[in-house]
Amino acid sequence: MIRVQHLSKTYGEFVAVSDVSFSADKGEIVGFLGPNGAGKTTTIRMLSTYMPPTSGTAEIAGFDIVTQSEAVRRSIGYLPENPPLYGEMRVVEYLQFVGTIKGVASKRLPEAVERVLEQCGLTDVRRKLCGHLSRGYRQRVGLAQAIIHNPSVVILDEPTSGLDPKQIIQIRQLIASLAEGRTVMLSTHILPEVTMVCSKVVIVNKGRTVLEEQLSALPAGRSLEEIFIECVSRSAADTGHVAV
Amino acid sequence: MRNCNAIARREILSFFVSPIAYFVITGFVLLSGYFFFNLIGFFNHMLLRSQAMPFLQQEGPSLNRWVIEGFYQTLVVVLVFLIPMLTMRTIAEEKRRGTFELLVTSPISVSDIVIGKYLGIAFVLFIMNTLVFGFPLLLVSLADVPVELAPVFTGYLGLLLCSLAFASLSMAVSCFTENQIVAAVTGMVTLLLFYVIHSPAQTMEPGIAQSVLNYVSPVMQLRDPIRGVLTLQGGVYFASVIVVGIFLSQRALEMYRWR
Repeated sequence: MIRVQHLSKTYGEFVAVSDVSFSADKGEIVGFLGPNGAGKTTTIRMLSTYMPPTSGTAEIAGFDIVTQSEAVRRSIGYLPENPPLYGEMRVVEYLQFVGTIKGVASKRLPEAVERVLEQCGLTDVRRKLCGHLSRGYRQRVGLAQAIIHNPSVVILDEPTSGLDPKQIIQIRQLIASLAEGRTVMLSTHILPEVTMVCSKVVIVNKGRTVLEEQLSALPAGRSLEEIFIECVSRSAADTGHVAV
Repeated sequence: MRNCNAIARREILSFFVSPIAYFVITGFVLLSGYFFFNLIGFFNHMLLRSQAMPFLQQEGPSLNRWVIEGFYQTLVVVLVFLIPMLTMRTIAEEKRRGTFELLVTSPISVSDIVIGKYLGIAFVLFIMNTLVFGFPLLLVSLADVPVELAPVFTGYLGLLLCSLAFASLSMAVSCFTENQIVAAVTGMVTLLLFYVIHSPAQTMEPGIAQSVLNYVSPVMQLRDPIRGVLTLQGGVYFASVIVVGIFLSQRALEMYRWR
């Protein structure tokens, strides 16, 4: 469902992503981890077709992100770090708008809007202006827009940042419920989130993949935190994959 | 088409939810009213003068020449300054609040985005121009001297086409920046330059350079419709400027993603 091979992105001399590879199958929730500035957002932006890679390839739902960009955009739901909301639109209007540009047929649009309102717990605020929503609700509207066209791959960039503990739990439950029949990629630097929600973990540091492992295959007795610290500090010297 | 339509409707909504459209429309109508009032005053003055000194002028001043033509010509200058206020936010605002990312990662083309946004601006321009069209119409209905009707209507059409062409160029310029102020200033500079582009032609020897400058000048192209003549050449000219602006906007946005 997601196959990333040696993806890199450079801006002039600056290397944002130098060699990221990983894969994820249907039904999996991949935790995409890394310290700040590791290249998580850049990688996600390339996968969402927002920007093209400098080199390397990636396939999403079987389509190449460069040569079959439109098919990729049809297959993904993407929530950027800041939910892309229009403050002057009501929640329901906003979702209708996003549904339309994401290619949901007019006949099925009302039903799709109702489905995501229900699924993301937005029925109470459907008539509210997006600009008047609290951070938690904004994040939920962001999730709702990402899944309105029923994509087979959902990519979420730090969906729980800035939320209070109760909201974090609700969003996590929502993300867990998305995985059925889909591939979910979740970028975060909150480690417990990965252990709670994800089935697979990919750690990047300085633009490279340093670990790709099923969560169940991680050595027992070691916390993800220990593994993460080790990967990140060791990869500073060593550029290859880290054995855990 | 469905995508363009959705983008255009959203654009119109955001124009009328924010104060921008109201300010620009009100400003345009106020300025137009002021200029119109002055032109009428000037016309009255000239009329009295010609009545007092009939030997100076064989025919009296004409409402068409003195008021209606002058009115449309002045409005073009006002548009040079007001249109960048409408176009400055179209793309810059999307980039600022992150919704540009939503648009370009949706299965729609950049052309859909650009054309949709342009249609939204065109709607506001249509309202603006139609509102001030009321002034010449009022004059026609109240004047007790003969007024030729054709220039009133073709002048309005010319003004509308000219504002659509200005908007297209101004939008293209705004696509190159993320800053609204920069977008507004560069838009104004571009339109002002475009407005006076025929100036060097006035002192040139007749030749290709002169005809080219006169052809690309919106002021020269507006002469015919303001005097009541609609030509195919004029239509083709304004349509080409609109297409060039939309094309440049589309390229600018593609470039923004690929850099």
